[in-house]
Amino acid sequence: MARYVMVIDTRRCVGCMDCVVACKTENNVPEGYNRDWITEEVRGAYPRPQLEIRSERCNHCANPPCVYCCPTGASHVHAQGGVVLVTHEKCIGCKGCLAACPYNARFIHPDGYVDKCTFCLHRVTQGLQPACVSVCPTHCMHFGDLEDPQSDVSQLLQARAHHALLPEAGCQPHVFYLT
Amino acid sequence: MPLELTTTRHNPGIDPALHVWGWEIPVYLFLGGLVAGLMIIAGVRLLLVQPRERQAMVCCTIGPLVGLTLLSLGMLALFLDLSHKLYVWRLYLTFEPTSPMSWGSWILLLVYPALLANTLTHLPETVPAAAKRFPVLVTISDFILARPRVVIGIGLGNMVLGVALGLYTGILLSALPARPLWNTAILGPLFLFSGLSTAAALLHAILVMSFKGEYRPAFADFLLSALARWSHGRAPDPSIAPLLSQADNSFLTVELGLLMLFLIGMVTSAAASQQAAALLLIGPYAAPFWVLVIGLGILTPLLLQFLELQNRIRHTLAPAVLVLVGGLALRFILVFAGQESHWLRAASLP
Repeated sequence: MARYVMVIDTRRCVGCMDCVVACKTENNVPEGYNRDWITEEVRGAYPRPQLEIRSERCNHCANPPCVYCCPTGASHVHAQGGVVLVTHEKCIGCKGCLAACPYNARFIHPDGYVDKCTFCLHRVTQGLQPACVSVCPTHCMHFGDLEDPQSDVSQLLQARAHHALLPEAGCQPHVFYLT
Repeated sequence: MPLELTTTRHNPGIDPALHVWGWEIPVYLFLGGLVAGLMIIAGVRLLLVQPRERQAMVCCTIGPLVGLTLLSLGMLALFLDLSHKLYVWRLYLTFEPTSPMSWGSWILLLVYPALLANTLTHLPETVPAAAKRFPVLVTISDFILARPRVVIGIGLGNMVLGVALGLYTGILLSALPARPLWNTAILGPLFLFSGLSTAAALLHAILVMSFKGEYRPAFADFLLSALARWSHGRAPDPSIAPLLSQADNSFLTVELGLLMLFLIGMVTSAAASQQAAALLLIGPYAAPFWVLVIGLGILTPLLLQFLELQNRIRHTLAPAVLVLVGGLALRFILVFAGQESHWLRAASLP
């Protein structure tokens, strides 16, 4: 069984937002909404400030509270790669999953259903990379199968120090940031 | 160490703070709890009191009828909250055991017939005009009352489903671990007892409004005369008023204890929960929480009803109205503050 993950090198990311634009174009994300976004985190003060720029999105958690709380089964874990998806025709727009997500990664599409990052599964099944990964000009984004020890992402996570977002929330997120 | 977060995301209802649930959810949680309380109280009285005495008892006559109406209003609020309304039927094509909302939608499907049976048991006494027009209502009522086992079944069913409904309104929030303020199962019993106290208060208010004489406010006179013209019903028995005050005070005391335990649990927990509790205790929700929920919603009615029971002051609408306002404020404050509570605040601690 594949386990898709995203690994993002914060030492290479410059926050150009190409990933954001690519996602909006590929997935027809309506104006004023984001499936992915850039966060800049500045810690410390002069003379030793630390800056981390991150491309953030749904973490496709292995312990997903958004899936557990969905009353209709619209939010589900896809058999391929453990990707968390929403079936629009099953979603009633109760917004429980929005409240359940510690990353605030979901939003209500203007058409009423809940929308979010899909890891571009429609591209991945065709052997392509997710749109955001494919356009990154600094090649800081990597996508692949964590179960395959030879994959790009497995090798990077083995070799480099990394962290995930809000691990204390207990959702087992699957987007990792190399530091 | 100072920390600064800048994000390009600004999804509506999510940034800068989550606010996807507006007035509809607190109103639904309030009405759901209130109806749960009405069901439990009516269920207990159905089991304990003889049919003849029940005929004039506000909790067995008007109570279930009001409950049925309020539950429908609550369901309407819940429906209005949905953003993909045409797909609401999807709730009933599946049962998701990990989802409290799925449990709730199926519980509500059972609550309606149980509450309807409860209402029909004494409907001819509650609304004689309707019974005169539709004699089948009398037949149904006679059918139920002639079979003590059916009455016991309706009473037990209302009690069990009332408890399930009341608990579910709290568990709905507590099963969302991303919001530390909600993530405690004590919200279940807290909302259940708040529901019971608001139910006893509502019944008390109906009773006080039906008292003959000078105690009745002018607007109640107007309301009652309109109702009386329509229903030709007989006035409810006022002798149950002290019992309702007593019950209400017990429920309020338990609710206060549960609120204290809820806050103790939060402030002695991890940083995220401590910050969540601070929203209520000293933060932006402190004033409405201390004044509306604790002061006016629990302590003042406790004192007023205590004095009423000691016959030092007369029975008025005041404590009932305060309990109802406090119960509604509790739902609004917890739903709004809960959406603001977040793991990220704790993660950004130096």
